[in-house]
Amino acid sequence: MNTFSPFTLSSLSFLGPELVLLSVGILLIVVDLFFENRLLLPWLTAAGTLVSLVLLFNSPSGIVFGYMYVVDAYSVFFKMVCLVGVLFTVLLSERYLTTEKLRHGEYYSLLVFSTVGMMAMVSGGDLIVVYLGLELMALSVYCLVGLLKQDSRSNEASLKYFLMGAFSTGLLLYGISLIYGLTGTTDLSMLSQRVVSLDLINNHAFLVGLGLVLVAFCFKVAAAPFHMWAPDVYEGAPSSITAFMAVAPKAAAFAVLGRVLIMGFADVHIHWGPIIAFLAVLTMAIGNIAAIAQKSLKRMLAYSSIAHAGYALLGILAGNNEGLSATMNYLFIYAFMNMGAFAILILLCDNKRRGEQLDDYRGLAKTNPLVAALMLVFLFSLVGLPPTAGFIGKFYLLVAAIHAGYIVTVVAAMIFSVISAYYYLRVVRYMYFENAVQETAAVSISPGMTAALVLAMIGMIGMATFPGPILSFAGKSLIGF
Amino acid sequence: MPGAFLPSEYLAILMLLLVGIAFGVITLWIGRYFRVQRPYFEKLVAYESGNPPTEAPRMRFSVKFYTIAILFIVFDVEAIFLYPWALVYDKLGMFALVEMFIFIILLLVGFIYAWKKGNLQWDK
Repeated sequence: MNTFSPFTLSSLSFLGPELVLLSVGILLIVVDLFFENRLLLPWLTAAGTLVSLVLLFNSPSGIVFGYMYVVDAYSVFFKMVCLVGVLFTVLLSERYLTTEKLRHGEYYSLLVFSTVGMMAMVSGGDLIVVYLGLELMALSVYCLVGLLKQDSRSNEASLKYFLMGAFSTGLLLYGISLIYGLTGTTDLSMLSQRVVSLDLINNHAFLVGLGLVLVAFCFKVAAAPFHMWAPDVYEGAPSSITAFMAVAPKAAAFAVLGRVLIMGFADVHIHWGPIIAFLAVLTMAIGNIAAIAQKSLKRMLAYSSIAHAGYALLGILAGNNEGLSATMNYLFIYAFMNMGAFAILILLCDNKRRGEQLDDYRGLAKTNPLVAALMLVFLFSLVGLPPTAGFIGKFYLLVAAIHAGYIVTVVAAMIFSVISAYYYLRVVRYMYFENAVQETAAVSISPGMTAALVLAMIGMIGMATFPGPILSFAGKSLIGF
Repeated sequence: MPGAFLPSEYLAILMLLLVGIAFGVITLWIGRYFRVQRPYFEKLVAYESGNPPTEAPRMRFSVKFYTIAILFIVFDVEAIFLYPWALVYDKLGMFALVEMFIFIILLLVGFIYAWKKGNLQWDK
């Protein structure tokens, strides 16, 4: 008997996008060591990401490596979100790294390695593969957060994130071991059969295991009450990495949450449904109310990212294909609006100001009308005002939750949405109705920043006017579940 | 059914644990009444391979030791992976050869990185 038959070289053809990125990551280390030209690195990263994105849509789909690695439309969608996040981050980074005098080499390779980890997470058909991808992603991001070595906030953020992350990983492994002990498998599709055939739906040890897994992933998506690390880490990290963390690792964690809960434990929905409903309301409450008190825009956006995780949980809560596709759609839109807002924040970070404090935005409409107008659009979208893309995303989420019968949760989401308008629109008031404290210089724009802003605007306008293609892509990707 | 609440198949492990603890405690305790005790200063100082100790053991180490330790682990793991690979190589064939070369190349990149960054030099 040849037990190694699933492991053949031809299986690697399913991993085209991952292999390209992995090679690019290694190439980046070598290039950084032997070439002085710093512009080479962002170009190489962007090119690698684009090649990976093209390969993503031209790779065969299937289940390889003995049911461990699933390449289906669901994983392709989330890989697309992650790659778009990386592309944005690369565009934002080039000027920012020079302003902050950061080293370039490790930055880009760590960014690429964390993306490879996310892609493995998203494709993991087995809890062990999910765990491996999660670790690769998390270890790279721990380092990225602490890259501002001279800044004590960055060091604190990195250490805090590492300790909390390691702890949550421990919980995840403990949960997986309990589930494995009871079912005898870590394969997700096999798990869902065993849960029914072994009648584990009301087994206490099994529920403890599921709860621990849930806690670990809620930690990764920064859902309350497991969000405590997020504001400090998001504030301390380099701004480009904050933007990256709010989009790509979060999307990957949501992908896993969706796959594990809806594919592996769909029959246990009666137990995890109320928990997710409670967590979603709590997350929206804490994220939105705490954001009101913030003086720093970066910290405010960190709380806003917690609140948006709460909205995205509504789709998971629905526990069906409609809800999951709404979450996917929302995360895609969120990638664009969040990256847009962070692009403005990074644009305002130069030698004179950091662009992180709300005061930096006073009177921005008079000195830089175009920048202020762009920020206005991104903020309106983050609130979810019609006719922006954010409204479209939120609309489908709420509809999915209503169809699943969670009326009270949806009412809470609406209330917190209204509360969120206060702190987003406060930035608009600072920009348009207040005078600058001191004469602010015009912002200097770079090709990378322009490209990022144009890309964000295209995404926003595209999703606001033609939401159909992405929605149907998200919906179609669930058929092969 | 007692087995549902008490995992009786683990009883042997519990017994082994208890006997092990008891054995250690009892032998040390009995030894006190039989052995000769004549302590003096040289006998009581910390043992450092025969040399007289020069300073307190909790001194500060150079951070360079940690980089060396990390590098050691990298190559230690490589060697550990090579042994089982060599044992089952006949069954795995070409695929294993390619895999192992990829693995070694990845480690080599790490080695070059450490070398270029000057981590192999003690005095930079």
